[in-house]
Amino acid sequence: MVNRGRGVNPKQFERGQVKIIAIILPLVVFMALPLVFIINHAFKPMEELFAFPPTFFVHSPTLDNFVKLIKFSRTAGIPMSRYIFNSLIVTVLTILFSLLLTTGAAFAMSKIRFKGRDLMMQINQVAIMFVSTSVLIPRYLVICQLGIINTFWAHILPLLAYPVALFLVKQFVDQVPNSLIEAAYLDGSTDFGVYWKIIIPMIKPAIATASILIFQQVWTNMETSSYFINDDGLKTLTFYMNTLANANSSVAGQGMAAAASLIMFLPNLILFIICQNAIMNTMANSGIK
Amino acid sequence: MAKKSSIARRERNNISGYFFAGPYAAIFLIFILIPVLLAAILSFTNFNAIEWPSFVGFLNYITLLTSDEVFMQHVLPNTVVYAVVVGIGGYILSFLLAWSLCNLTKPVRTVFALILYSPSMTAGVAMAVVWKVIFSGDQTGLLNSWLMSLGVITEPVIWLVSTKYLLAIVIIIGLWSSMGIGFLSMIAGILNADESLYEAAAIDGVSNRFQEMIYVTIPQMKPQMLFAAVMAVVGAFQNGMISSLLTGNPSPGYAAQLIVNHIEDYGFMRYEMGYAAAVSVVLLLIIQLFSKGANALLTEKD
Repeated sequence: MVNRGRGVNPKQFERGQVKIIAIILPLVVFMALPLVFIINHAFKPMEELFAFPPTFFVHSPTLDNFVKLIKFSRTAGIPMSRYIFNSLIVTVLTILFSLLLTTGAAFAMSKIRFKGRDLMMQINQVAIMFVSTSVLIPRYLVICQLGIINTFWAHILPLLAYPVALFLVKQFVDQVPNSLIEAAYLDGSTDFGVYWKIIIPMIKPAIATASILIFQQVWTNMETSSYFINDDGLKTLTFYMNTLANANSSVAGQGMAAAASLIMFLPNLILFIICQNAIMNTMANSGIK
Repeated sequence: MAKKSSIARRERNNISGYFFAGPYAAIFLIFILIPVLLAAILSFTNFNAIEWPSFVGFLNYITLLTSDEVFMQHVLPNTVVYAVVVGIGGYILSFLLAWSLCNLTKPVRTVFALILYSPSMTAGVAMAVVWKVIFSGDQTGLLNSWLMSLGVITEPVIWLVSTKYLLAIVIIIGLWSSMGIGFLSMIAGILNADESLYEAAAIDGVSNRFQEMIYVTIPQMKPQMLFAAVMAVVGAFQNGMISSLLTGNPSPGYAAQLIVNHIEDYGFMRYEMGYAAAVSVVLLLIIQLFSKGANALLTEKD
């Protein structure tokens, strides 16, 4: 019998897979534990939060913690809805602007010839390894100089250029056949027409992926609120959640903080589940050559 | 004529390229490139954020290397251990997991991938509260309670204050959130491998899954491996901030103080921004070094 090799991505379940599942399952469970815990913790009533010995799973779930969370923020002067509003505005605007910049730049880098293009791409390639924390101070100085400190722009502008997103989207634009673009130009299309009618529709998976990556950058970002914003009313949900987690070491506070964490985490998860096919599609072109 | 010229134009210098790439380039310049250059310049100055910076030459770097005992005794060793375990260890782990998942059927793979990826979505920050409850120092802490009921320990361990465990805890959290975008990239890379190569390899005598992985899978997905490596290094350093959230900055006895925390400590708590900038430059160089290493290992030499 000829050994055809096993390859990957089996179409059906075989016995060999049991071994693999047995090996990685403990790890998967370990990875899932903190998330399962936070979901359970968020719905625990007071007596279960206080329970000794501490319990992992919730027995009689309630929404108490969420109600308390909303009430608590009212006493603090700034209602939680304000933070949610701030976070939503900042997140939506950042994603929109960033996608516009990123897809435009990806189109230019991939399909238009101009002086300095290769240099720009090389610099962006190096900047993939950019760790924003390392330049917190100079960034702060730049933001002061621009006079946007303590405004929404301080949340949005620093996050618009995300080198990883440009890299991934550009790799995807590279896959758009040149013949298609040539044909459009022959039909009298302008550069903008090509961008809008050909490139954008063809790179939708990459756009979905970029959105989710940018979303994660913005949604969980603490730096902008901590360092670039002084006015509490302009800070974002992440910041508020974190102060909550830090200020309430009491057991009652824990329940609220868990509820808050869950609120932070869920949009991430939902977006990822919706976009996962598009993401895997984009990742296939993610290699650095 | 107009039509023809639009194609001809694409062959040479094209102004519209600047129109499309310009906005991104401008933002990139202002918020990434200039800050990096500024950090480099500030690192040669003494700057307290109030007075104009004064030039001090290499003093900050000399201080860093010769008389910053906290840096040499705690921050640097901690960072090296952390980067090796979370950066390199997390990278190898995410490859092995990606490879294992690719040997499973699609429904199982999707569910597992989702579970493994979701910790990285929280970026640690939103999860600070979970860790505080799990590692709580008295007997109501989840870990303490479990370990005590198993009889491993008799007294509750004050995890987040104990200098003995702090770095290990930060490393575990780092590993926990390290299956990020690089992990997804590797899954995609493995799945897109050319099926016929596996058949060819089987004829050439490759007989088990492990050999397949070494001789067929990895050589084919080097670009994804490189991307994942860079992402692993960046993610590891970015997530180092978690210790500030868990224990405050500086962490007790500097036990979990990493370079990113050291920068925050000097820059935003002591306002010695020139010095903090020098530390930032060192951090950027370390990341560069790691990526160069990955590059040398994974780039095809042909």
